[in-house]
Amino acid sequence: MRITQGTFSYLPDFTDEEITAQIEYALRNNWPLSVEFTDDPHPRNVYWEMWGLPMFDLHDAAGVLMEVNACREAYPRHYVKVNAYDATLGRQSTMLSFIVQRPPDEPGFRLERQEAADRQIRYTTHPYAADRPTGERYDGS
Amino acid sequence: MSSNSNSRGFGMTATPKAGQPAEPPAEPAPELLPADAQVDLTEVRRETGIDEVLDSLDRELVGLSPVKERIREVAALLLVDRTRARFGIDSPTPNLHMSFTGSPGTGKTTVAIRMADLLHRLGYLRRGHLVSVTRDDLVGQYVGHTAPKTKEVIKRAMGGVLFIDEAYYLYRQDNERDYGQESIEILLQVMENNRDDLVVILAGYADRMDEFFRSNPGMSSRIAHHIDFPEYTVDELDQIGRMMAEQLGYRFSEPALTALRQYLEHRKRQPRFANARSVRNAVERARLRQARRLMDGSAPRVGFDELTTLESEDLLASRVFSAAAEQDTMGNE
Repeated sequence: MRITQGTFSYLPDFTDEEITAQIEYALRNNWPLSVEFTDDPHPRNVYWEMWGLPMFDLHDAAGVLMEVNACREAYPRHYVKVNAYDATLGRQSTMLSFIVQRPPDEPGFRLERQEAADRQIRYTTHPYAADRPTGERYDGS
Repeated sequence: MSSNSNSRGFGMTATPKAGQPAEPPAEPAPELLPADAQVDLTEVRRETGIDEVLDSLDRELVGLSPVKERIREVAALLLVDRTRARFGIDSPTPNLHMSFTGSPGTGKTTVAIRMADLLHRLGYLRRGHLVSVTRDDLVGQYVGHTAPKTKEVIKRAMGGVLFIDEAYYLYRQDNERDYGQESIEILLQVMENNRDDLVVILAGYADRMDEFFRSNPGMSSRIAHHIDFPEYTVDELDQIGRMMAEQLGYRFSEPALTALRQYLEHRKRQPRFANARSVRNAVERARLRQARRLMDGSAPRVGFDELTTLESEDLLASRVFSAAAEQDTMGNE
């Protein structure tokens, strides 16, 4: 199941040129960028691991793409996303966040039903990949 | 777990995958010229506006003829490469990393800024900004601190010029565990792999830079242009002084011009002479003395001429003259 999180996630995956164009758009708006990765892409997991620190004072997209590629190389089967943050007073929030790498196999989520008091049903989703310890997920076996 | 045939691997390559419509190119690529076509180079020069930069270089920077010569060569090469590309001749990106060596105040930083602008106009650099750093900005204080620091600076400089002033401080011969070495290694890697993303310019005094390159042969061989900035002659310094005063809205009176020349001749022979920087300091101090002279002066009314003219006494009051006189008497004894 293809995971759709963040901006552009219903579009076909971006090429490096398209990623560069989006980074350039963020830089034009003076948004610092950061790279994050995870192997637990639950929709409620907002805390992905940071790949280095956020990048300030950049003029050109090549620097961000360099970090994206370094992260891809280190974690070839993880989800990687690029975030752009608007630091202006009153905004102070993520303006753009899109996935730039996903594992080749995405097994998806199962729906879990929990019986609670009075025959109530509680629903939750659980990623199949998360049954395995971190670092061994999405390795395609 | 069988592989899902619908899942799409992430597109890390520029080639569109089968089944997906090929994206239209952002802009139609200019058509290649036939082999027998003729290109007007003056036309190309005008389009890029490099003559403007080269002319302003000639006009605003005094002397430095070997430097200007090299800049012209680089400009010509990039221009010809651009024209060759129009015929479909593929040439790899030339190596444009440089080292500027010379005494203090010979214009290394100024030329680096011009270089960034020039390379941007020629389409070699995407942004053309200059990030000027020293050892402190690149090298960390404890283990594991250097690599992120150096990489951050490199990322900031991408699309422009990374200017490393007094680059020889990066390498400390006496301490083999110095973190500077780590910084040098990262720089070397970027200089090789990201050639079309940034240009690295190392600057420093000639003798210490030579030593630096001797200890880091890898660095030396990755730099294609070793440019030496000559010392200014008194004539050139004189011209620089006049230009600086003009930029500040002053001019020298006739006797002041003679005094300026004498001043420069004396100053050049004294220690810690920093070429154009010394001239700028001299002009600044002359301004101070002129202001004081006007304030203390007997005539309370001043006009345009008085306000803009530096007199010989503004220069002659300098310590340089008394020191020179002292030296002379000492030499006579």
